[in-house]
Amino acid sequence: MSTAGDQEPFRLAVVSAGTGDPSASRLLADRAAERAVAVAARHGMTVTVSVIELREISADISTAVVSRLFTPKLQRAITVLGEADGIIASTPVYKAGPSGLFTSFFHVLDNDLLIGKPVVLAATAGTARHALVADDQMRPLFAYLRTMTAPTSLFAAPEDWSDPALNKRIDRAALELVLLMESGFARKIRDESWDSYQHEYGSAGGTETSIDLGSDLMRLATGGSAS
Amino acid sequence: MQFGIFSVSDITRDPVSGEAPSEAERIDAIVRIAQKTEEVGLDVFAIGEHHNPPFFSSTPTTLLAYVAATTKKLIVTTSTTLITTNDPVRIAEEYAMLQHLSKGRMDLMLGRGNTAPVYPWFGQDIRQGLPLALENYNLLHRLWREDVVDWQGKYRTPLQGFTSVPRPLDDVPPFVWHGSIRTPEIAEQAAYYGDGFFANNIFWPKEHYMRLIRFYRQRFAHYGHGTEKQAIVGLGGQAYIARRSQEAKREFGPYFDEAPVYGHGPSMEEFTDLTPLSVGSPQEVIDKTLTFREHFGDYQRQLFLMDHAGLPLKTVLDQLDLLGEEVVPVLRKEIAARQDPETPDAPTHASLVRAKYGDQAPRQPRPNANRGDNVTGASPYQDTSPEFAAGQPER
Repeated sequence: MSTAGDQEPFRLAVVSAGTGDPSASRLLADRAAERAVAVAARHGMTVTVSVIELREISADISTAVVSRLFTPKLQRAITVLGEADGIIASTPVYKAGPSGLFTSFFHVLDNDLLIGKPVVLAATAGTARHALVADDQMRPLFAYLRTMTAPTSLFAAPEDWSDPALNKRIDRAALELVLLMESGFARKIRDESWDSYQHEYGSAGGTETSIDLGSDLMRLATGGSAS
Repeated sequence: MQFGIFSVSDITRDPVSGEAPSEAERIDAIVRIAQKTEEVGLDVFAIGEHHNPPFFSSTPTTLLAYVAATTKKLIVTTSTTLITTNDPVRIAEEYAMLQHLSKGRMDLMLGRGNTAPVYPWFGQDIRQGLPLALENYNLLHRLWREDVVDWQGKYRTPLQGFTSVPRPLDDVPPFVWHGSIRTPEIAEQAAYYGDGFFANNIFWPKEHYMRLIRFYRQRFAHYGHGTEKQAIVGLGGQAYIARRSQEAKREFGPYFDEAPVYGHGPSMEEFTDLTPLSVGSPQEVIDKTLTFREHFGDYQRQLFLMDHAGLPLKTVLDQLDLLGEEVVPVLRKEIAARQDPETPDAPTHASLVRAKYGDQAPRQPRPNANRGDNVTGASPYQDTSPEFAAGQPER
C-alpha cells in the first residue's frame, strides 16, 4: 500500500466558468477542493490544486470554437487538465443551463483527453429551480467525454450557502473524488485498455495510442485489398 | 529546393473594393498568375480541384495544359487532385496526357477532399473516403506502371486487360505527392511507394504537421527508399509581403478579417504568431520561412498561398514580384548554405528518366495494329513481352 512518502501528490484541476472575482462558482469549487485536500491528507496523501478560470481565456475559447486555433493560453489549460488526476468542474447556470463558456471549453477538448478521470460536477444559480442542471445537463456532457463522474453533484442557490446541508454534500463529493483518485482508475484504464477506446491521430495532446500499423486501412495503404 | 505558389481557386469578394470577380475574370487572372510565377523565377505552380462555387477549378489538367503551353520551365501541379471522387482510370489518362503535352513539366498531389456533399455527386460516400483514397491510389499506381492491368477492388468496377493510354511520357510515371495533415494511413501509403508527402502548412500551428511528417520520414526509410533525410517533403505556407512591415499589415488587414477560413476569429497578430502565415517585410517572410526546415527537416518544395481571400490581380502580381525578387533568392541561398548535404532535390521528369534508364534511351511504347475490334488485348504494344500474348476472354 502506498503512503505519502512514496506517492506523487495528486493533481487536482479546478475549472470555473464563473465571471465574478470571486464568483459563486469558484467559491463552490474551492470549498470542494479544500475538502478534497483535507480528506486526502487524512488518507496520508497530498494534493496540489491548479485553477483554470475560464473567464481569463474566454476569447481563446471562442477562437478555438470558430477556427480550431488553440492559443498558448488555452493550450496551457488543456495541459493542466490532461495531467490532472481529478477535476472539479463548476459553472453558473444561465437560462436553465450551464454557461456557454463552460460548455464551449469542454466542446473544444479532444474526445479522449479525460477518459476515466474522476470529476465532481458543480453548479451555482440564482434560484433553486435550477437544481437539476448539474445532473440533467452537465452529466451527459461528461458521459460523452467518458469521465468517471462522482455520484454526488454539487449545486448551490443563494439559500444553500447558509445551509449546513451543502457542507455535507461537499464532504460527500470530496470523499468520492479522493477515493476515485486513489483507485488509480484512469491510469489503469490507460495502462490496460487504452487501445479499446476510440482515438484520433494526434488527439489527447498526442498521448493517444500509437499508430496501429496492422490495421485493415494500413494494409490497404500498402497495396493490400479493402475488406 | 523548389519554390512556387499554390492556389485553392476561390472566387472571393474583394473586401476593399466590394467587388467579386466573375468566373471569367478569375480564370483569366489565374492564367496570368501562373505565367507570372515563371516570370519572377519561381519553379512550381499548383492549382486545387473543387466542384462547387465559389471555386472555379473543376478541371485542373485543362488549365495546367494551357499554362504549360504558355510557359517554358514552370512545373505545373495540383493542390490537390481528388483521389476519392475521381475515377483513378481517368486520373491516369488525364495526367499522362498532361505529362506528354508539358514534356514532363508536371507532377500531381493527391488529396481526399473534405466537402461531404461533393462525394455523392460522383457516386461516392465521404464516410468511405479514406479506404476509397487508398484503394484508388493502389490502382492508379499500377495503371501507370503496367501496360495491361487486371484489377478487382471494392469501390470500382473490375478491370480486365485494361491499358491506360497514353502510357506515361518515356514510360516514367508522373511523380506523386500525397497531401495530408492528419491521416497516418496517407503518410504510410506515400512512404510505402516512395512518393512525396506534402503538408499544406497553413491555418494551423506547426505542431499539427510535425508528427505526421516525422512518421512519413521514418516509414520512407523503413520501406528502403532512402534515409529519413532523403524522404521527399513539401510544405505550404502563406505570406503577404510589402516593403515595410507596417504597410503589409495595413494592406492585408481587411483581407485577413474577411478571409473565409480564419476571418472573424483570431486576430491577425495571433494568427501570425501561431501559424506559418507571415505578413510583413521581405526579411520577415524570409526569417519565418527559414524556420520551417528547423521544424520539419530539410525539404524539397515550398509553395506559398498568394491569391487568397479576394486579393485583386494587381496586388497578387505585385506580391509575386516581391516574392520572386526579394524573398526567394535569399531563401535559395540561405537554405543551400544550411541544409544537410544528404538532402536530395525534388524528383523531376528528367531525374526520374535518368534513374530508370541511366544513359539508355527511354522506352517509347508503339501500339500494335488494331485487330479490327478496337481492342488490342493483352499485348497492346510492339515491345510487350510475348509471355503476355493476346488472348480473347473465354466466351
